Amino acid sequence: MVQQDKTADIHAVIRRGKRWDYLFAAIGLICLAFGLLTVLVLVGKMGLEGLDRLSLDFFTSYPSRRAANAGILSAWVGSVLVMLVTAFAAVPLGVGAGVYLEEYAKKNWVTDIIEINITNLAAVPSIVYGLLALGIFVYQFGFGGSILSAGLTLALLILPIVIVATREAIRAIPGAMREGSMALGATKWQTVRYHILPYSMPGILTGIIIGLARAIGETAPIITIGALTFIAFLPPLPLVEGAGLFDWVMSPFTVMPIQMFNWTSRPEEAFQINAGAAGFVLVVMTLGMNALAIWLRYRLRKNIKW
Amino acid sequence: MNPNQHPYPVKAEARKLNFFYGLVQALKAIDMPLYERQVTALIGPSGCGKSTFLRCFNRMHDLYPGNRYEGEIVFHPDNTNLLSTEVDPIEVRMRIGMVFQKPNPFPKSIFENVAYGLRVRGERNRRVLDDKVEQSLKDAALWNEVKDRLKDMAFNLSGGQQQRLCIARALATDPELLLFDEPTSALDPIATASIEELMHDLKKRVTILIVTHNMQQAARISDHTAYMYLGDLIEFGKTDEIFIKPRDKRTEDYITGRLS
Ligand SMILES: Nc1ncnc2c1ncn2[C@@H]1O[C@H](COP(=O)(O)OP(=O)(O)OP(=O)(O)O)[C@@H](O)[C@H]1O
Ligand SMILES: [Mg+2]
Repeated sequence: MVQQDKTADIHAVIRRGKRWDYLFAAIGLICLAFGLLTVLVLVGKMGLEGLDRLSLDFFTSYPSRRAANAGILSAWVGSVLVMLVTAFAAVPLGVGAGVYLEEYAKKNWVTDIIEINITNLAAVPSIVYGLLALGIFVYQFGFGGSILSAGLTLALLILPIVIVATREAIRAIPGAMREGSMALGATKWQTVRYHILPYSMPGILTGIIIGLARAIGETAPIITIGALTFIAFLPPLPLVEGAGLFDWVMSPFTVMPIQMFNWTSRPEEAFQINAGAAGFVLVVMTLGMNALAIWLRYRLRKNIKW
Repeated sequence: MNPNQHPYPVKAEARKLNFFYGLVQALKAIDMPLYERQVTALIGPSGCGKSTFLRCFNRMHDLYPGNRYEGEIVFHPDNTNLLSTEVDPIEVRMRIGMVFQKPNPFPKSIFENVAYGLRVRGERNRRVLDDKVEQSLKDAALWNEVKDRLKDMAFNLSGGQQQRLCIARALATDPELLLFDEPTSALDPIATASIEELMHDLKKRVTILIVTHNMQQAARISDHTAYMYLGDLIEFGKTDEIFIKPRDKRTEDYITGRLS
């Protein structure tokens, strides 16, 4: 009899506890649905609006005064090239800094201050990077409103992301790997080269791609350094018609978000449709990059277990 | 004990060895020889400093800030003080191998795991690498099990195989002294037996220092035994003597307590 009472008590306690489980699950689901629906509706609306314009022509045409002829050729080429420069600058700098901080830097107050600053850099508004770049890259170094200036600016912007991703990926490597390598007489560099870098690569790549996905949508700093809003030519192809290998980096350019911004500020309804189509392409590009990050991480992690 | 009166040559010798984790002293004035091509076992209750002592020999403590050695570990035949600041810890680790408690193969192929120590030493010749990997795997009694799948990832091996792989990895570079920190504590009895057998063969060519919590194991495989307690070396002697007729009461209590 006593035993039965006890069991009944326990059941009551469990029931009471579980009520909160259900309640919280319901609240969480509503929050999630709210966020997800908003995004879906936005992207869907944009896609539907722009659907008419999403043809091959749209990707192969320069902007035009006539909405029906206008395309995003110079914008997507510009975006891709700027991302290229960004990646080339941010990856070695960010990974190098991350590896240095994790593996080489002495743990003292200087390192602490550097660490705090890097974390804070990620929170600096992007327009501030634009101003900085205007002073340094555009005027001081004389790069002008070029692909190079834009790429370097965005590289600065995503540098903290790459550094933090690198450090976190390195920290996830068990100490036993490091000790195992060092115990065989490896130097620090050999340990980094044969173990730390390969094992942290999935995490680092994810960080890089997420950083680039953020950079590709940035508008404010690119406008600040003076990107064009209307451009009807492409940067010179390397080694074609007397162009040098790297002449394209000094070319004026525009990027997807600026092209969008330009079209939305036009009074004609037809340009709004163009903007919707361009926005849709931009979102697909970003999602595509994120998907690539997930896939790469999955592929690379399969070979790393401890 | 005067090592020169001993029938075996001395391979390494701790002299007044103190060790500090920051301000905490973990080893207190340890004097102890390791005899060449003998197995020396370190026993003692958890936290007494066995791993700390073992890791002094290959300067593993240098990897972390705040650690400090005092005293010497003299390595023979060249009389080098392993702990001297003038001696590069990398040189020390090139001469002294280590096998860890938990098998820690690299997430690479079986071949690459064993070849790693040679690669670190700059060996590129494929033939040399192949031969050395085969020989080391044979010495670690693993060759027959893995010879057809050297390209497989090492983490697909069983725990016991992984530990033998780690031993092969350490053997590939011909260490003069091998350190084992509870190498069988994560293994089942059969895998443990195979590793013990292996150590028995290995001592023909290499000096072995092993930490173990298993008294039977210490009695079975070691020639000399050291009993540590709270950072002190309480007693060191031939394994038979330590187990049958310990001089110190604390050793006796520990051994009888652990055996019964
Ligand atoms: N990294 C560290 N920092 C500070 N103190 C430590 C550190 N590692 C170990 N110690 C301390 O040093 C003492 C000796 O530890 P050690 O790991 O050598 O013991 P052990 O004999 O190997 O024990 P076990 O049998 O449990 O492995 C313990 O009191 C431990 O708490
Ligand atoms: Mg230990």
